[in-house]
Amino acid sequence: MDMTTQSESEQDAALYRPIYETGKGYYVAAAILLAIYLWALYMYYTQLRTGLGVTGMNQPVTWGFYIVNFVFFIGISHAGTLISAILRLSKAEWRRPITRMAEVITAIVLAIGGLHPIIDLGRPDRMLNLLESGRLQSPLLWDVTSITAYFTASTVYLYLPMIPDIARIRDRGGKLTWLYTFMAWGWQGTERQKRVLNRAINILMVMVIPIAISVHTVISYIFSMTLQPGWHSTIFGPYFVAGAIFSGIAALLIVMIVFRKAFHFEDYLKEIHFRYLGTLLLIMSLIWFYFTFSEYLTGVFGAEPHEMDVILYKLNGPFAFFFWGMVLCNFVIPVTILSFRKLKTIRGVLIASIAVVIGMWLERLIIVVPSLANPRMELPLGIYVPTLVEWAMFAGGLAVFALGFMVFAKFFPLISIWEIEEGRQHGIKEVEQRIHSYLPGKQLRGQEGSG
Amino acid sequence: MPRWAMVIDLDKCTGCGACMAACKMENNVAIVDAEEAQAGRALFWMDLIITHEGEYPNVQAKRMPKPCFQCDNPPCTKVCPVRATYRNEDGLVAQIYHRCIGCRYCMAACPYTVKVFNWYEPRWLDGATKCFNPDVSLRMVGVVEKCSFCAHRLQHVKEVADLEERALQDGEYIPACAENCPADAIYFGDLENKDSTVYRLSRGYRASRVMEDLGVEPKVYYLSKRMA
Repeated sequence: MDMTTQSESEQDAALYRPIYETGKGYYVAAAILLAIYLWALYMYYTQLRTGLGVTGMNQPVTWGFYIVNFVFFIGISHAGTLISAILRLSKAEWRRPITRMAEVITAIVLAIGGLHPIIDLGRPDRMLNLLESGRLQSPLLWDVTSITAYFTASTVYLYLPMIPDIARIRDRGGKLTWLYTFMAWGWQGTERQKRVLNRAINILMVMVIPIAISVHTVISYIFSMTLQPGWHSTIFGPYFVAGAIFSGIAALLIVMIVFRKAFHFEDYLKEIHFRYLGTLLLIMSLIWFYFTFSEYLTGVFGAEPHEMDVILYKLNGPFAFFFWGMVLCNFVIPVTILSFRKLKTIRGVLIASIAVVIGMWLERLIIVVPSLANPRMELPLGIYVPTLVEWAMFAGGLAVFALGFMVFAKFFPLISIWEIEEGRQHGIKEVEQRIHSYLPGKQLRGQEGSG
Repeated sequence: MPRWAMVIDLDKCTGCGACMAACKMENNVAIVDAEEAQAGRALFWMDLIITHEGEYPNVQAKRMPKPCFQCDNPPCTKVCPVRATYRNEDGLVAQIYHRCIGCRYCMAACPYTVKVFNWYEPRWLDGATKCFNPDVSLRMVGVVEKCSFCAHRLQHVKEVADLEERALQDGEYIPACAENCPADAIYFGDLENKDSTVYRLSRGYRASRVMEDLGVEPKVYYLSKRMA
């Protein structure tokens, strides 16, 4: 048994390598990202000093990039935990090399997204008023609550399946043994420990799904609870959740492709993984189109004047470029690429995913700004042009995302090693038994009924 | 609870802007420079909306002074996360500047776009800082503000009436815009008082409110032959 473990870990040497070896490209990339991050920090400092006047926001467009990016980043965060939980729950064997990255996305992006409403505050110094005199009747408080719950659940859900891997790194010795010893929580891989861990993961993955869905539903409620045309829509909850999963899968695919190349995970992330996730992306693209079509057709057909002002502003007005760009990025490009086996290569999936991420960002922009720019009162049209500060904060957010991933990869394996091993040792047998149990005839001996 | 209401007679309004000026002075509303005002950062508690209707040559200009509509069912207070905007015991929609976190959700939720935000540290004209109205607290950068129906004046007359042990009389509490209108186009009073001028005028055939169908129950009535 000892011998096999030894050879197993050698087999997965590629997964340990990024933790111990750092190339020159890594330092260059980290330096650039750090510079962007510091630039964003400086820009935020100017905003703190002078007020929100440094942004492009005004009356009536009182929300801009910060809220757009808030919705966008939180949407991306659904990649993770939700996808990983659904794949685990449905016993998809191909999930094994994917789940860790998905969970890391959630943790990092949720932290970035969750900060955006604070960046957007006119008085961030009074942030604690939310706790001191918070009104639970306000959708913003619903947000604070559900995002906090999601962040807690998803970080725990990221951490728990990491314990056996952390123990492996601890046992290898070398750097920071004290940290890994502390974080491994005395993991020895005993049967009892395995049972407890599996149980905890199972409970969490079931819990995390409703929490994740609640998060983006509640974010949509910020808009749909108001009376404003273009926002006051019952479809918003599911529409936002679908969009979130959609952009989340796309972000996950991009991350997978980037690290596959950077850390040479070609043997773990195979064409088949991209093909399966690509199919999922295709389905989400169609669902997204269905929601968008329903939302706009309802508005256009009813033709309520204020509603029409907003819709025409998007379809044929100042936002037409963004609107049709969104349709192109979220529907035309991904559906074209992902429907044909010939185009559905890793490169094709990458193009489709980048398109979707851009398209979903445009969608958030299209939801937030036009409704504000077209107030019900007969006022001149609102104009919103983001300033350098807002662009800097956006770039900073993306930089922190990439940087967070790179730092994580230096301390922990980006692909769950023990789950890959488990797949080799038990997965194959289990799947075989499971398939036997689907088929007519007697079950194989020694197999659990629930399998 | 009294229902303080404003009636604005658009047939009398000349669009002179005296109400806006009086409001700025009364409520210590900061002055925003022209460039910023163009970019949509002007601070008006009493705004004047000018719209044009019809096609050339039959164009009609419509002028409409717009204060806060002081809704009985305000969408802005519903969404505030910290109760920095709320309906007070006088039925007025009030702001607590020192509690506001500046999320601007109330501005996004107001269907009448009456709320304004301090995008910068407030500034005033030279010398103006020496003649602030001491009854109105100054705002700071990063908070939302709006028309209060000159609530400080209500406090004042209420105290006087309490001292003299009598009820408030119609016309005793009147905001700065109504007081300063040279055309006497702005009336103010309590809708609960059936003898008040505003009650009588609000029942007239010329009276209407903006977007009554939203159900937010605004308490500003406009009188206009054209709209009736």
